[in-house]
Amino acid sequence: MTTTSRAGQRPARQLPRTKARNNRTDGAARAPWMLLAPFLVLFVLTFILPIFVAVLSSFTKVTRSGLFGETGVESEFAGFSNYAQALGDGSFIASIGRMLLFGIIQVPVMIALCTVLALMLESASAKWPSFFRAAYFLPYGVPGVIATILWSFLYVPGLSPLFDIAALVGLTPDFLGANSVLWSIANIVTWSYTGYNMLIIVAQLKAIPGELYEAAKVDGASTFRVALSIQLPLIKPALVLTTVFSIIGTLQLFAEAEVLKTVAPAIDSQYTPNLSAYTTAFAYNDYNVAAAQAVLIALAAFTLSFAFLKFTNRKSS
Amino acid sequence: MTSTVTPTSTAAAAPAGKSPAGPARSARKGRSSTIIVTGLLVVALYFLTPVYWVLVASTKSTEDLFSTNGFWFAPTFALWDNIAQVLSADDGIFIRWFLNSVLYAGVGALLATYFAAAGGYALAKYEFRGRNLVFGTILGGVLVPGTATALPLFLLFSQLGLANTYWSVLLPSLVSPFGLFLCRIYSQATVDTSLIEAARLDGASELRIFHTIGLRVLTPALVTVFLFQLVGIWNNYFLPLVMLSDTGLYPITLGLNTWLSQVDRLPEFYELTTGGVLLSIIPLSIAMVILQRFWRGGLTEGAVK
Repeated sequence: MTTTSRAGQRPARQLPRTKARNNRTDGAARAPWMLLAPFLVLFVLTFILPIFVAVLSSFTKVTRSGLFGETGVESEFAGFSNYAQALGDGSFIASIGRMLLFGIIQVPVMIALCTVLALMLESASAKWPSFFRAAYFLPYGVPGVIATILWSFLYVPGLSPLFDIAALVGLTPDFLGANSVLWSIANIVTWSYTGYNMLIIVAQLKAIPGELYEAAKVDGASTFRVALSIQLPLIKPALVLTTVFSIIGTLQLFAEAEVLKTVAPAIDSQYTPNLSAYTTAFAYNDYNVAAAQAVLIALAAFTLSFAFLKFTNRKSS
Repeated sequence: MTSTVTPTSTAAAAPAGKSPAGPARSARKGRSSTIIVTGLLVVALYFLTPVYWVLVASTKSTEDLFSTNGFWFAPTFALWDNIAQVLSADDGIFIRWFLNSVLYAGVGALLATYFAAAGGYALAKYEFRGRNLVFGTILGGVLVPGTATALPLFLLFSQLGLANTYWSVLLPSLVSPFGLFLCRIYSQATVDTSLIEAARLDGASELRIFHTIGLRVLTPALVTVFLFQLVGIWNNYFLPLVMLSDTGLYPITLGLNTWLSQVDRLPEFYELTTGGVLLSIIPLSIAMVILQRFWRGGLTEGAVK
């Protein structure tokens, strides 16, 4: 705003000849907004407005009068009653607890695995690195739903050859039992995202200047020593990034549980927080409580990501 | 330039290190190489087994699927029958789902990349009031879980009459805050301000400068953003599930799941599902294997700065 008015003042003091240049400054002031406009319009429509709608409807109570709501629908401010209802729902709380347990185990395992894989792939002793990189990355191109369908076939007794193999060593696994199904889901998530996270770490490893390796070699450092003292500290930003995205992803878990539900009776309709919100909205038609649940899930993801970022910042300083 | 000290010298260091070393050292090197390659192979087995299983399973008839070993082919080879069945089921609905996915992911990723590039470039290369506020808000959007906005988005879109249309899935796919974030970093690092000044002196308009200079310099980052978004939309399940009720608008993920949910009652849906899964993972797997090279390139440059 002020830039345009400042540009507008100038002709009074300047010769008419410079009008063309003035148009240019005007254009330069408008240009960033023109470039940003499509993104911003869509961002407001699909991010800002929905968040606004979610917060608003989480504080609203809708009452329908008449048997089918035919005599009118009334909305009123509900305070925190929707939140109270969401937080008072034992199954919803249990689903958040379940995802915390899931995240505490699965995220470190996956990050450790992809770090080790990246270091192994980038080490001088690795053979056929491009083949392995492609093989590990391939599952990322398989949508979560399809990955779950794939693995569900391997989890179902009678269909899966894994049971024949397990029987050879005298085991009778139960992938879909009440206690094990969470880890069967963890396996699907690990299978899907390890290669993707590994690639981010490989990218950062490749950015390490060659001189550092040369210097380490001159000092006679072992491969293990190089990994511990040079590579790990320098890929820390990539590790932090992948961990934060994994935390957010864990709280969002939906497709895997929803698809596996068809073969695993141990998964109920409120197994994950998102499944819970989905059920509240579309099975119980209670959009306001569902909105409160969505806000709570987003808040939990925010809090955990920030807590993790704070933790890693404090540790490094 | 200094081609001997490029970052890939980890690989280059191996032959260099070998020459002064005695036979004992190279033997040790050989052993550690065997350990590492064995480890890599075991992990590769883990990642490829499910894909191999579905490849085998889709060549079997329903009876063989349950009666023969899952990791080996059955005597009767039914792959072509199964695929024909997948393609013809329900008047070719599978092809429709596939094309829907191509539309959502292809058009969505292309436009999202363009918008993110324009926005990121604007935030990196212009000083203007409100710049930090805009960037901060968008950055917050990176951390907002996609599924958290899907439900309220459905409420919003049903009021606008957009729910259960192509637009309901396409519009949210056009926004990539993370893509804008990457484009901004990359613009700051690589788009030369003096080049922009020179183009201005030549009388080029600001939009023209972005389209001729900006987009060209940004290309490596754009490939990364495009691929992220393509995979993100292709793999998305929650948004279309919430938005769409008409099976004709379904993307492939949603469609295959409706088939899977019928196997309990009708076992022949096993063949449809395994065949459909096989067909659906082929195109993106090929794309992943070919494009991961570019992907890596774009990410590295963004990560260095």
